[in-house]
Amino acid sequence: MSPTELQESPTDVVEVATPKLERDARRADARRGFLIASPSLFYLILFFAIPLGIVFVYSFATRSSTGLTLLEGWNLDSYRRLWDPLVGEIAFRSLLLATTTTAICLLVSYPLAYYMATRTARTRTILFVLVMIPFWSNFLVRTYAWRVLLGTEGPISQISEALGGDPIRILFTNTAVLIGLVYGFLPFMVLPLYASLERMDWSLIEAGRDLYATGWTAFRKITLPISMPGVIAGSILVFIPTLGAYVTPAILGGARTTLLGDYIVSQFLAARNQPFGSALSFAVLAVMLVATIIYFRSGARNL
Amino acid sequence: MSVGVRPKSPTERLLAANAWLVFAFLYAPIVVLAVFSFNDNNNVGIWTEFSFRWYGEMFQNAPVMNALKNSLIVAAVSTTVSTVLGTATAVALERYRFRGQRLFDGLVYMPVIIPDVTMAVMMLLFFASAFRMTGGFGLSFGLGTISLSHIAFSISFVAIVVRARLGQLDPSLEEAAADLYAGRWMTFRKVTLPLIAPAVAGGALLALTLSLDDVVVTSFVAGPGSTTLPVYVFGLVRRGVTPLINAVSMVMLTASMVLVAVSLVFQRERGGRSVSGDA
Amino acid sequence: MSAAVELSGVSKHFDDIVAVDDISLAVGDGEFFSLLGPSGCGKTTTLRMIAGFEFPTSGSLRIRGREMALLPPNERPVNTVFQSYALFPHMSVEQNVGFGLLMKKVNKDEINTRVKRALDQVQLAHRADARPKQLSGGQRQRIALARALVNEPEVLLLDEPLGALDLKLRQSMQIELKELQDRVGITFIYVTHDQQEALTMSDRIGVMSAGKLLQVDDPQNLYEHPRSRFVADFIGEINLLEAKVIDSETIEFAGGSRASAESEASNGETVTIAIRPERFGLHGSDESPPVGRNTLEGTVVRRIYHGDFFFYDVDTPAGSLEVKEENRPSVRQFEVGDRVLASWSPVATTFMED
Repeated sequence: MSPTELQESPTDVVEVATPKLERDARRADARRGFLIASPSLFYLILFFAIPLGIVFVYSFATRSSTGLTLLEGWNLDSYRRLWDPLVGEIAFRSLLLATTTTAICLLVSYPLAYYMATRTARTRTILFVLVMIPFWSNFLVRTYAWRVLLGTEGPISQISEALGGDPIRILFTNTAVLIGLVYGFLPFMVLPLYASLERMDWSLIEAGRDLYATGWTAFRKITLPISMPGVIAGSILVFIPTLGAYVTPAILGGARTTLLGDYIVSQFLAARNQPFGSALSFAVLAVMLVATIIYFRSGARNL
Repeated sequence: MSVGVRPKSPTERLLAANAWLVFAFLYAPIVVLAVFSFNDNNNVGIWTEFSFRWYGEMFQNAPVMNALKNSLIVAAVSTTVSTVLGTATAVALERYRFRGQRLFDGLVYMPVIIPDVTMAVMMLLFFASAFRMTGGFGLSFGLGTISLSHIAFSISFVAIVVRARLGQLDPSLEEAAADLYAGRWMTFRKVTLPLIAPAVAGGALLALTLSLDDVVVTSFVAGPGSTTLPVYVFGLVRRGVTPLINAVSMVMLTASMVLVAVSLVFQRERGGRSVSGDA
Repeated sequence: MSAAVELSGVSKHFDDIVAVDDISLAVGDGEFFSLLGPSGCGKTTTLRMIAGFEFPTSGSLRIRGREMALLPPNERPVNTVFQSYALFPHMSVEQNVGFGLLMKKVNKDEINTRVKRALDQVQLAHRADARPKQLSGGQRQRIALARALVNEPEVLLLDEPLGALDLKLRQSMQIELKELQDRVGITFIYVTHDQQEALTMSDRIGVMSAGKLLQVDDPQNLYEHPRSRFVADFIGEINLLEAKVIDSETIEFAGGSRASAESEASNGETVTIAIRPERFGLHGSDESPPVGRNTLEGTVVRRIYHGDFFFYDVDTPAGSLEVKEENRPSVRQFEVGDRVLASWSPVATTFMED
């Protein structure tokens, strides 16, 4: 692909255009596109599609009594086990946690994003950076900070005791996990909401007010629908990772509050039931796919 | 914004209060962590005096330093490879039409939505199977498998970020280059690449952050001696809070903040320039 | 001397859509040629095929006699001025203008000299170090022009280059462009949807509609003698009247009025004729009609004052006429309700081919 010089053009095309030649040119272009895509295509097939296929295959395999996976005797046992009450309980707890986290993030972030979007350009930039910093900061460390904060000797307990109250004991409970998840994923909600509100034409609100709508009606009929793509994008961005969360529950959660993430991990590390772990992974993935399809259908892909 | 200059209504006050509470919530833990990392006491909860003691010990701590080295190697490899591949992917998807493109498009989006845990399981089973099949070649879990896995999920993020920028680019800019005798490669090098550079840098930063953040996938595909810093810290954290972790955490946090700051300054400088020719 | 650009039987299909339908056209050396038509008529696609951004589905495209239908843009001796200007935002004005020469591997000294000359030509030498963003719309336009012209192309292609400018600037740029073209002597192919712009600047105009090239003519002929309803209607105001051919020199309108008009149509055939509003003269019905002119009698139903002229709507048995009369003391004015005679010269009558 060297730059071709006009004076000594090597390709001396003398043909006039025909449908066949035009098609050939289009195909040559398509081949070039495919060529550019091919390294990543190859990589993603080898290191993503095939691994995914292996997990799928494993989910039908048999577990030997010693915990080894036998690639024979294909069966649906692992999928049947998904209906086990214990699994149901864990899945329900995870879904509830993910939903609660998403709802809290939304309730807190929407007014924040609205507030940010209605500031002057300068203030907006500063507030935006203030949200960006935690967004980019190391997730593990940010979660760990809550462990320090909520610990029995941590500042919250100390303050509580200094005020004459009992030490706060919420570390290793679902509440701690919830706080950690909200904290971890809040920026993921604020950013798309802010993006959708920032683009908004505020004269629409004034037009609405002009047409005798009250503040609340104007918000409900104009602002909310316009920011809907942001609401959906933010919700998906929070819901998906929290449903499969592993790090936060592992650091802040207790032993009795198993969630899907650590349950799957335990199938590979502790319980050594790879077929069942594979089936679980696949089920979680299916939920994510459905959520993502909703996301794309909602037309909120511009984020 | 006219809303901002009106006299403060009750709604406005509530919005402001909420905003400050959220920012307090976001920053308080970080501040506490920072303060405690300078605490000269073996016990995290008890404040004695300000010191750099734990930072000093961190640099003396062989496992921490080894994990840090591993992390940096993996991050460098995975960021480089995924930035190149991701940018190529974005160009192919945004500028060309070829057979199987929609399928490829779907394949590119998958790693973004897949949960960490599933990805971890996938990579574990894949490498285990691969090593079983090629048993005799002495391949095993280690920095190689970690890097390969990180690249697998980072390509997509880079591709999405770069593609968004390419989509905003006025197509006549590239046509103008071709019109001015630039071949495809020169068009890319002289016009397309400089104009998407901020997005490529953003994508690279994202890949770097993802690599330095990852705990789950890495812990599944790491081998003996190839622990990365987040995985090592995660292991320590599960056992409890120590002043040493505070110091390590602060270093990790500062590193991400420096990266963000650099990127913001960079974006600011480029941001002044318009994407299309007719701003 | 061969034509600068010659298209024969050029078509372009996008899947099932025929964007350009079997166009044949020869643009002469040094000519200012405009492709005129509404949006979506295929004029831009035609230009893009000449530039090399699209390949024709079929047909021959020669530039200076050399077949180039399937050559990529960087191998063609043509340059384009884009509607959005497409100035490279990350380069200075100087780098923008020098880009083509750099790609052609012209040596540095020559690039500098030629860039400087090109910038002088568009009077922007003092902005050489500026970024495109820092320039006004008109200045960007000139840089886009300089960036193309500095390469001394065989043909300069312009895609609605004045579209983004305001009216005043557009009008002065029209004159500037035309003068520039006279000076450099390069063939211009100019795409526009603005008929006034095309009439003002072009040596010849090709009118396109729905992918077809309807008529190629010089501005005056195109205006005075449009051959189809579309061309007649697209360029300026026009009255279309139906009539029946009586013999080779006479036609008859509905209501029985007859007029002289030379036609090749066979007797008894129904034809459509076109007459421009300003070609009519109005007279009171009490006046004697001028000698040698056709007349139609009718009633003024509306009069619109336009400062330097009046628009009258006149109802006649042959149909409603729009008449444009100058506002001069020597031209009689009429009121709504007046009975009038509308007269026109037989040579101002144009027969529509469709």
